[in-house]
Amino acid sequence: MGKCAGQYDLSGFRMLDGNEAVAWGAFWAGCGFFSGYPITPATGIFNAMLGILPPSGGTVLQAEDEIAAIGACLGASMAGLKAMTATSGPGLSLFSEHISFAIGSEIPLVIVDVQRLGPSTGSATKGADSDIQFMRWGSSGGQPVIVLCPMDVRDCLVLTVQAFNLAEAFRCPVFLASNKEIGLTKESIDLSGLALPAVRERTRPEPGQGYLPFRTRPGQDVPLFLPIGGQTALVRQTSSTHGQDGYITTDPQVIAAMQERRRRKVEAHAGEMAFAELRGEPEAEAVIITYGVTARAALAALAVLQRQGRSVSVLILRTLWPVLEGRIREACSRAGLVVVAEMNQGQYAREVQRILPNRSVRGLGRMDGDLLTPTEITEAVHG
Amino acid sequence: MASLLNTERPPVFCPGCSHEAVVRALDQAFQELGLRGEEIALVSDIGCSGLFDTFFHTHALHGLHGRALTYAAGLKLARPELTVVATMGDGGLGIGGAHVLAACRRNLDLTLLILNNFNFGMTGGQFSATTPESSRLGSSFLNSLERPMDPGRVVEAAGAPFVARSSATSRALPELLARAIGFTGFSAVDIRGVCPGRFSKQNRLTPKMIEEELAALPPLNGPIEANERPEYGSSYRRKASECPEVSLPPAIEPAFASPQPVRQEVLLLGAAGQRVVTAGELLCLAGMSAGLQATLKSDYPITVLRGHSISEVILSPEVIEYTGLLEPSVVLALAEDGVARRPSVFERLGPEAVVLRAAGIDMPKTRAGVVDLDLPGLGLKRVDWALGCLAALAGMERAIHRDMLLSALEKRFSAEIASESRRTVEQVLTARPWAEASPDGSP
Repeated sequence: MGKCAGQYDLSGFRMLDGNEAVAWGAFWAGCGFFSGYPITPATGIFNAMLGILPPSGGTVLQAEDEIAAIGACLGASMAGLKAMTATSGPGLSLFSEHISFAIGSEIPLVIVDVQRLGPSTGSATKGADSDIQFMRWGSSGGQPVIVLCPMDVRDCLVLTVQAFNLAEAFRCPVFLASNKEIGLTKESIDLSGLALPAVRERTRPEPGQGYLPFRTRPGQDVPLFLPIGGQTALVRQTSSTHGQDGYITTDPQVIAAMQERRRRKVEAHAGEMAFAELRGEPEAEAVIITYGVTARAALAALAVLQRQGRSVSVLILRTLWPVLEGRIREACSRAGLVVVAEMNQGQYAREVQRILPNRSVRGLGRMDGDLLTPTEITEAVHG
Repeated sequence: MASLLNTERPPVFCPGCSHEAVVRALDQAFQELGLRGEEIALVSDIGCSGLFDTFFHTHALHGLHGRALTYAAGLKLARPELTVVATMGDGGLGIGGAHVLAACRRNLDLTLLILNNFNFGMTGGQFSATTPESSRLGSSFLNSLERPMDPGRVVEAAGAPFVARSSATSRALPELLARAIGFTGFSAVDIRGVCPGRFSKQNRLTPKMIEEELAALPPLNGPIEANERPEYGSSYRRKASECPEVSLPPAIEPAFASPQPVRQEVLLLGAAGQRVVTAGELLCLAGMSAGLQATLKSDYPITVLRGHSISEVILSPEVIEYTGLLEPSVVLALAEDGVARRPSVFERLGPEAVVLRAAGIDMPKTRAGVVDLDLPGLGLKRVDWALGCLAALAGMERAIHRDMLLSALEKRFSAEIASESRRTVEQVLTARPWAEASPDGSP
């Protein structure tokens, strides 16, 4: 299913918006199934997938609501296809129960959240990073999820491929935390310089082995995958608390082992999903931690502050969950001031404050539909 | 064929529960159709009907209350060869109503068994979408206030091409289920039965009474002629195979030198219906044809043909980081709707900036040079004012020039639209309306 990026002539600059870039990234990652429900500002992904997938043998389904959109993805993923859905805050709310299902039952899935200004239906055409904590905690059980966050069109392509790779490798939902300001903003981009990661697939058992859908091999934290509908083994999937055989269990030992494994498969492997970039002076006196579209304002601010002779750096987080605690501590090892710049009221600043309890961490939030400006960030560093 | 019942996991329903009869009937139907377990996916959700998948040696997907049909749709679209049977209770029918209606309209080749026992058994006998008003139940008097629905009539009205009703204990049920599963398209069977654990504790209901009630209803026992039509999955695959492959947006080769090879910020202030975003794209493509990088950030309300439409374009020989405008060098004032959204911009503009004002619209005072363009006087309609302003910019050699703009038209539009737009551009370039304007800064 799908084509790889290598089959395209990628030379030269083209205009793409973030939503289109997500769709191409998904296609190049091997996505064979997309289901969505119209919602601004995520509809562009639906439209682009509807152009790309059908002629190449993939399926696009316009679902009756967001619950059905993600439900169909869960079914298609269990049938063996790489699946993706896309929405914005209001739709993410409706996804919630199915996100728990995907986490607890280890169903690979990419969920794109093109965030808009909340709360609630809020402002459909205004950007914000409204759902940063919601993506992490908006499911029953509180088990870890992976959230990647693009800052531009290039990231939309690369991180969508990474999101599929992580979803397939770790059998879990992976979020792409986009934003209206990325999804609907067009940019010139030279795709020939893209460093797209190699595409990964689910690990399947060797033929002839007995199969239990939730059994892991010794030393491994991710169960092998066989599809529902395959002819080599009957496959059970269930949203209920289950043992290795996919049947309900009430055995506390079995339950505890499953919970711990699902926690561990993400948290103990955080290093394999750590995407971040430090720009400016290493071990700077002032560190601006940021993500998403605000990283672009921070880079503009960095140039200004460097011209002013400030010892400053910008840490751009492309992985928001699991929290890159080591990278954050390392970047701030000598920082007298840490500014966390984001398009909300401090959803990620609280994580940084938790990790750096003895540092001066200043949250710089804005949640009015406008971008944080380079000047606001510069002023926050000046105090 | 052999039975597909899982002998290690026999049914665990309450003694006397009708569901058990349905399990046996379903197994007989599978046998009648000659299906192996590997060829079937049983999809279930919450409630007593949600136990079904555990009693069979088939593929199984058990999920959230009322959502079985959503997984079933994904499974079937991904694996058309698979026989997909969803079970749902009357509780699931209520909470998952949107999915039931969508499945009827869509007509994927799925079978839905509604295990209808007139109440929520597992949670204490609350009333459901099918509970008769006169029943005595765990919801006290509430069920007396709501009318039950007839699942058969609802799914028929929603477009299901195969609809049937049956008592759970009917001897004809295995044959009916085999027909429903064998039907190519969406089939729904309302299977009515007794819930001895809850409903029947306070309400007298026997299989015979169910049979009598069913006999009194208009018959529904198979294909609905008016609803018969091609199955969704096969139609999808046929139409999808006819879709042309899409390609990436075209690459823009640098072919020209930019008139000002420094960062340019252009603000387009217009209204819905003025093709403001398209003009922004043209500006970006024009800039790229001179080797510049470009960003286009747009702002518009959710209304489609009303309200403001604003585009912010940056052209730069350097990598563009921040996508907001810092110091616009050019403002196109195309409509008061747009101008009203950014009044403070006009105060901030310096004398080196230029405002192109279409058709004398109202705008705040500014120190920037103001060029009044009488575009209506050239016969340009409102929808073409943004393009007319781009042509004027090209004529003035601000940010872009003529060749850059013409190449953008070729890249952005079909041949027909490109040639039409080119005529508009050439008309403006010939008339030179900017030359008549006096850039004295006073609007």
